Amino acid sequence: MTTNSNPRETSGSLAPQPPVVEPGYTYASVTEKISGIVLTRRTPLFWMIVFTSAFLLFLLLSVAISYLLYKGVGIWGINIPVGWGFAIVNFVWWVGIGHAGTLISAFLLLLRQEWRTSINRFAEAMTLFAVACAGLFPLLHLGRPWVFYWLFPYPDTMRLWPQWRSPLVWDVFAVSTYATVSFLFWFVGLLPDLASMRDRARNRFVRTLYGFVAMGWRGSAKHWHRYKIAYLLLAGLAAPLVVSVHSVVSFDFAVAIVPGWHSTIFPPYFVAGAIFSGFAMVMSLAIPIRKVYGLEDFITMRHLDNMAKIILATGLMVSYGYLMETFMAWYSGNPFEAFVTTNRTTGPYAVVFWMLIFCNVLTPQLFWFKRMRMSIPVLFIVSIIVNIGMWLERFMIVVVSLHRDFMPSAWGMYYPTFWDLATLFGSVGLFLMLMFLFIRVLPMISIFEMRELVGEKK
Amino acid sequence: MKSKPRPPIYGVMAEFDTPEALIAAAGKTIAQGYRKVEANSPFPVEGLDEALGFHHSRVPLLTLIGGVIGGVGGFFMQWYSAVKHYPINAGGRPLNSWPAFIPVTFELTILCAAITAVLGMLALNGLPMPYHPLFNVERFERASRDRFFLCIEATDPQFDRENTKRFLESLNPNGVHEVEH
Repeated sequence: MTTNSNPRETSGSLAPQPPVVEPGYTYASVTEKISGIVLTRRTPLFWMIVFTSAFLLFLLLSVAISYLLYKGVGIWGINIPVGWGFAIVNFVWWVGIGHAGTLISAFLLLLRQEWRTSINRFAEAMTLFAVACAGLFPLLHLGRPWVFYWLFPYPDTMRLWPQWRSPLVWDVFAVSTYATVSFLFWFVGLLPDLASMRDRARNRFVRTLYGFVAMGWRGSAKHWHRYKIAYLLLAGLAAPLVVSVHSVVSFDFAVAIVPGWHSTIFPPYFVAGAIFSGFAMVMSLAIPIRKVYGLEDFITMRHLDNMAKIILATGLMVSYGYLMETFMAWYSGNPFEAFVTTNRTTGPYAVVFWMLIFCNVLTPQLFWFKRMRMSIPVLFIVSIIVNIGMWLERFMIVVVSLHRDFMPSAWGMYYPTFWDLATLFGSVGLFLMLMFLFIRVLPMISIFEMRELVGEKK
Repeated sequence: MKSKPRPPIYGVMAEFDTPEALIAAAGKTIAQGYRKVEANSPFPVEGLDEALGFHHSRVPLLTLIGGVIGGVGGFFMQWYSAVKHYPINAGGRPLNSWPAFIPVTFELTILCAAITAVLGMLALNGLPMPYHPLFNVERFERASRDRFFLCIEATDPQFDRENTKRFLESLNPNGVHEVEH
């Protein structure tokens, strides 16, 4: 009865999946290969070019922020009714991108997905820097960023407390917890590798520096025992964070009564969107980097294939979210909700909506086909398109919902200014700059976990 | 030279090529009655901690305590500020609006548990430790690369410089080194 089984299944068993790590590596050679990327005199031209461009954008960001502090938020295009412009769009976009790192490092660790090993370090660093970029925007949007600490409970002379019932305060706690836990997770993962770097470095100064941060790690069995427990516990603690952070971010919208925001589907829909954009960003970064640094043996087609599948799956969840928003607009019988849909599809920002449907709903469908998932150029281009699409989605949620709410007399339009764009692209520069500094000075793949993987494969 | 007494050493260390050899050697060392034994490997080796007779770690308990303190403390802070310290009557709504306090309580639970897990792990491991005698052995830098080490410390009651060395040599190591202070 199984003679004529599904051709897809047979072809699957005949052509095995690409390996997680190419064969032929030893403990020593993985160590040399990964630490060698950092402990080398030669810096690839690619690194120089990207870092220089990113640094120039970072300078632009510095100018934009300086001018903002001097002038105030009036230099942005925000107005009444659109009080939340690019700042909040960028904030939500960046926080979302960070989610893939935590998902890879925590969820996939708990699910024993061994393919996570060669991309987790890299993705965690991405999380950290994405959250750093995200954190900038609400602070700058405060208008008086220097009093940001008013958001925290501290003993102030007026006996005031934060408003615990406000999602904006929840957000402060969610994002700062997320940043701290992501940093701890990343650092704990890095600790044994810092010891490896210390022992590999030949330059005295470099050796001392790595030695300082490695804290004297010597790979004792008892240390490893506690280390593994602590790492698993951190994964267990970070896993609910992945779900909670973007849920809390979505409460910023969902708790308000603005049509287009006031929706119960927002938390899961935001989390799916976050993972969707995060994996797209991991892919956009991993594809050029594995090529330039010759890491195709570690970040194999298997990884890219799996990430493409996750992008497809989360893309479908996001599409379901769009569908349900439209359905609820009709089903609720609420004229304001119905108007959100007609305004999105035919209003002044209709082009944003249709572009986002193209980027987030149609383009990922390519990943149904194995040939597309095995093609590097397709993967790279789709991942960039998804990143753009997710930014557009946030623009649609923030700006398009706000610009026409209940009273036509209160309607308005929002146009970004030069400074809005400078801050957005500047934050991309900051992100890439931090990312490339990380690649230059720290091992971008977890060396000790690769040794474990090589050991298992023997 | 013989008349001069040799300085005391930290211990004697054997070097192995594979994790399996290290586990076997660790088991024999414990069976021999040695207790002050440290094994070092470039990655966590399954079964090595058991072979050394190390089973329980207090990291999970510390993490639980950290999480409970974070959660209870976080909720208490919100309850105290909203109900006792600065109550605001907004249309007669309840002051103790506990569902709205849950997100911050949750975040503080995770935050305190995670910080305790990491600091607890480091503290129990005695890190940071800038100096350790094992690093005096030149070969030991490969403990973070591809070699597996087993060290019997001189403070072990059974330790005898020559006998222990001979014992370690009987375990088929790649080499035996004396560890200076």
